[in-house]
Amino acid sequence: MSSLQRASENRRLLLRLAVAAVAMFGFGFLLVPFYNTICEVTGINRLMKADAQAANSQVDASRTLTVEFDANTHALPWRFSPQQSSVSTHPGELVRVDYVLENTTDKTVVGQAIPSYGPRVAAQYVKKLECFCFQQQTLAPHERRVMPVVFVVDAALPAEVNTVTLSYTFFEVEGAAPVAAAGRAG
Amino acid sequence: MSAIPHGLEHGHDHHHPSGLMRWIQTTNHKDIGTMYLIFSFIMFLSGGVMALTIRAELFQPGLQVVQPEFFNQLTTMHGLVMVFGAIMPAFVGFANWQIPLMIGASDMAFARMNNWSFWLLPPAAILLVGSFFVPGGASAAGWTLYAPLSIQMGMGMDMAIFAIHIMGISSIMGAINIVVTVLNMRAPGMTLMKMPLFCWTWLITAYLLIAVMPVLAGAVTMILTDRHFGTSFFNAAGGGDPVLYQHVFWFFGHPEVYIMILPAFGIVSQVIPTFARKPLFGYASMVYATASIAILSFMVWAHHMFTTGMPATGQLFFMYATMLIAVPTGVKVFNWVATMWRGSMTFEAPMLFSVGFLFVFTMGGFTGLICAIAPIDIQIQDTYYVVAHFHYVLVAGSLFALFSGAYYWLPKWTGHMYDERLGKLHFWCSIIFFNITFFPMHFLGLAGMPRRIPDYNPMFADFNAIATIGAFGFGLSQLIFLFTVIKCVRGGEKAAAKPWDGAEGLEWTVPSPAPYHTFEEPPQVK
Repeated sequence: MSSLQRASENRRLLLRLAVAAVAMFGFGFLLVPFYNTICEVTGINRLMKADAQAANSQVDASRTLTVEFDANTHALPWRFSPQQSSVSTHPGELVRVDYVLENTTDKTVVGQAIPSYGPRVAAQYVKKLECFCFQQQTLAPHERRVMPVVFVVDAALPAEVNTVTLSYTFFEVEGAAPVAAAGRAG
Repeated sequence: MSAIPHGLEHGHDHHHPSGLMRWIQTTNHKDIGTMYLIFSFIMFLSGGVMALTIRAELFQPGLQVVQPEFFNQLTTMHGLVMVFGAIMPAFVGFANWQIPLMIGASDMAFARMNNWSFWLLPPAAILLVGSFFVPGGASAAGWTLYAPLSIQMGMGMDMAIFAIHIMGISSIMGAINIVVTVLNMRAPGMTLMKMPLFCWTWLITAYLLIAVMPVLAGAVTMILTDRHFGTSFFNAAGGGDPVLYQHVFWFFGHPEVYIMILPAFGIVSQVIPTFARKPLFGYASMVYATASIAILSFMVWAHHMFTTGMPATGQLFFMYATMLIAVPTGVKVFNWVATMWRGSMTFEAPMLFSVGFLFVFTMGGFTGLICAIAPIDIQIQDTYYVVAHFHYVLVAGSLFALFSGAYYWLPKWTGHMYDERLGKLHFWCSIIFFNITFFPMHFLGLAGMPRRIPDYNPMFADFNAIATIGAFGFGLSQLIFLFTVIKCVRGGEKAAAKPWDGAEGLEWTVPSPAPYHTFEEPPQVK
């Protein structure tokens, strides 16, 4: 083999090996999407995705429950009623219902709502998170107010109960009105 | 020199530059080989000083010598300097000197490129060692440069990255040169299966280098862009994944282990037949074993990562694949032992180092097998057991083979016999102090001492004190080698063309010292 022939053969091999080296440099970067795909497919390391849909695991979707709402006043000239008379819900589900309250008199009145439950056993399973009954309500003359109750019926509610009645009764808080009114005015 | 395209007609110009310019401009494979060897020995000594500082700090519990920040820089730089500065260039030096002589070529295929690949190394070394003196000090992320540490370091880290880039380019050019030389430049009649085994192991090593050094370059480039250009390959805060770095790094890192040991296998395969005065047992199986080790080395990288939370199937695959490597390695050890079997053995320094290699490297191989077992590895990951293991294979493996080869070919390189008494003294000091240094580390690791710590529980004190004494003994023993080599270069008994009566191969057909130009006319191999 002449030396020129050998030189060109050497150069051809050099070129091939250099291309291989450059390709391997690219391969190093290719490993990034490669591993991402592997992890995606095998589910080893899904950093950017939620593992499951956000869901309340305490909701017992297998049970449907009717909750009825009732509103009364006791010797109080107010109009008081729920905006819906009942909802269909699952134990564990968050329920919100609005009550409307209106003072029909010409004077400021302070009232307090007291809940009661039917059947009585349901009382310990209805968990109120927010309620107008948590504080006294002071209504100016002819004031109208929409107030929420937010509650969850505990999934531990006995299986034989499938209707719960939530009943509120408003009582007048005697002697509180002037104070509250003064407080509001001040 | 421009009249010489790619070393075809090397050196027919008759103006040899003298002095420093001779070494800067040289395209002669022997000059370049010598420079590689000197460079790697200097780096070996600097890495050794770092190791001794580490051992001095670990002599007793508590902090006496250095502060933890500097200690971490030392462990990192010791690893980088020894791997990229000492072991790898030393083997390239041997390749430069020996491969053309062994296959009957007049020089390497690309003599000019050969010069470049060497002269890239000193700047890289300056970057590496110089990083100690910049604000924040050298990289302290460990030689593996794991993210997220490597993303957080100061500018010393950038210098280490550039040093790795440069050394990587140098290695790739050297490897390409070796592949082309071995494949295209062999003397007529020298078929591949007649090549000395050293050429075979280097051919395979060179392929490994071409395949994985660019991947390392890619990995450190990704670190660099994560650090400065707002990418998030490994930066978890930006959606990157630090474990990905480990995967990419070890895709380079495990073949790198074999890059550092396969040429050692080659040297030992030259030395043992010479001093057993028998041809190498199972030449073909040696070649196939080397090739299968190289192929398997691409399938085992994740055994460095058993504790990253890999699925059990992954752990099992990498565990069994790793253990599979013991088979071709066992073939090699068996062949070396069988070569010695009923040979007329003599124990000159090269043979001593090769037999020492065989003993101690095999122990390192066995501890490697233990580390390969996933449930055990989870216990000993990042402990001194691992430190003991890889020093058994890197020091007693690669380094002892390098010493063996150096003594073996010194007469050919210098024209003088080295002082045999000093060579033997060097061997016995080395092997004894080596074991005093590293054997206790097995116990330390099994007892749970973590690696890369400057201070430790007092219960580890005794074994650490022993290891430190051994380390200083081992370090000082290397000065015997330096002295022996200098003495041999300066004079000594005149060496014959073939100073070892059992030696075979083309390199022994040229006079000692090997003339500046050899095999201008290719020899005929029968």
